[in-house]
Amino acid sequence: MTNEELIKTISDWFPNVEFTEEGSQFLNVIVPKDSILEVAQKLKAEVSTSLDYMFSLTCVDWPDHFQMIYHLKSSEIGHMLVLKVKLEDKENPEVETLCNTFKTADFHEREVYDLFGVKFLNHPDLRRLFLTDDWVGHPLRKDYVDEINIVSS
Amino acid sequence: MEQNVIMNPDGTQEYFVNMGPQHPSTHGVLRLVLTLNGEIIEKVEPHLGYIHRSIEKMCEKDNYRQVIHLTDRMDYLSAHMNNHAVCLAIENGLDVEVPDRAVVIRVIMDELTRISSHTLWWGVMGMDLGAITSFLYGFRDHEYITEIFEETCGARLTMNYNVPGGVMFDLHPNFVQKTKDFIAEFKRKLPEYDTLLSNNVIFLERTKGVGILSKEMAISYGVTGPAGRASGFANDVRKHEPYSNYDKLDFKEILYTEGDTFHRYKARIDEMWESIKIIEQLIDNIPEGDFQAKTRKVIKLPKGEFYQKVETARGELGVFIVSDGKMNPYRMKFRSPGFSNLSALNEMAKGGKIADLVATMSTLDLVVPDIDR
Repeated sequence: MTNEELIKTISDWFPNVEFTEEGSQFLNVIVPKDSILEVAQKLKAEVSTSLDYMFSLTCVDWPDHFQMIYHLKSSEIGHMLVLKVKLEDKENPEVETLCNTFKTADFHEREVYDLFGVKFLNHPDLRRLFLTDDWVGHPLRKDYVDEINIVSS
Repeated sequence: MEQNVIMNPDGTQEYFVNMGPQHPSTHGVLRLVLTLNGEIIEKVEPHLGYIHRSIEKMCEKDNYRQVIHLTDRMDYLSAHMNNHAVCLAIENGLDVEVPDRAVVIRVIMDELTRISSHTLWWGVMGMDLGAITSFLYGFRDHEYITEIFEETCGARLTMNYNVPGGVMFDLHPNFVQKTKDFIAEFKRKLPEYDTLLSNNVIFLERTKGVGILSKEMAISYGVTGPAGRASGFANDVRKHEPYSNYDKLDFKEILYTEGDTFHRYKARIDEMWESIKIIEQLIDNIPEGDFQAKTRKVIKLPKGEFYQKVETARGELGVFIVSDGKMNPYRMKFRSPGFSNLSALNEMAKGGKIADLVATMSTLDLVVPDIDR
């Protein structure tokens, strides 16, 4: 499907999402935090979209919010889009897990939890992935203090 | 782990066994905690982070030119492709036209890297299953390519040869002849690989029908590269989202539907033939001209997001740059193929015998620095 067709189809299903193509080569779909699971499940299950392959899941730490970014592709049709969720609560960021819909989200969400401290609700095994359990802080946050100066120059 | 034996209500026992972090078949420091019922695997749980260097955090402090050499240190057997991916993403952002000569050099280098990575994998896979000969054969051919790289790039493993706009130096005068010699030689050597392993009864017994991954699971876990294509997941980035000049080249995407250890093995062997085909199409037709486009000393990408996929020897590498217009990336994410491929290991090994785990794992061709980053 072209981006226009995708916009039409998705806005029919979910009137509360927004679309933008600015500053990205993909169609960006901005999804309210509470409906991400529902949107992802529908986009995967419907034959017309069948976005079944999540090729990237990551997070960006912006000054006033965290942004979850999910890159999806349809293995059959070949179209791609990006789901974005804004997590306004910087103290305690939480979002619903997608690991029952996309198995790959299991590891990727654990990585984001480890390095950004975003909590994934209903994740079956949310533990740190790379760092030790007693590590203080989340290194990829912009306000992380790198005391032993491993990374900063 | 406090307890390493758990009594089940039905009288059976569950054992926990630590495999790694120092285990020859993990090819790096990867620790797997196996839950066993007798010799049947109930669960494989990877524990990562032994060589986590937080490359993504380092990228945020570095400028765009400095970022490239860090990617060598992820999947060191696909160093050229990793560099290529970052450079393509930066060139996308800058809207730089790469000279034809550089495009062709990059593709030849990528395919040589693929062959060298696969030969190494083949040798090591044989060794994992107890065959020392294949290890020596694999390294012999790997070494030949490493020498070709050394002449042109000055390094044997972490080449750091791609730069935004092209490649760092022109080809060494010996490059074309040496590559041709290698290809001619390797076309005779590759059938030996089949004689040693692919047609070996013991090897077939140990790999056929073992560690099966269905197509649906391959897509869901994001298993890409030869491992995913052996399960029928058509995901060759070179075919489906072509970059450089792959759309003008004649090669096949290797696809199997069985999804077992043997077909993951077979997919890589076939891929080497395809890489030979690609190099043969290009080696006599390297265009003359510049090997590097002029770019500004200090690179600043425009505000926005840039995603670039590249097919490395292990699968789809994604480079995701979020730029806020400054001279270093605001956020850089590497979607490494090994990371997603490893996450499916439990799915493949579950229900199988512990002895088959090593065979299954070696067909995933894990490179641990690529997983930990």
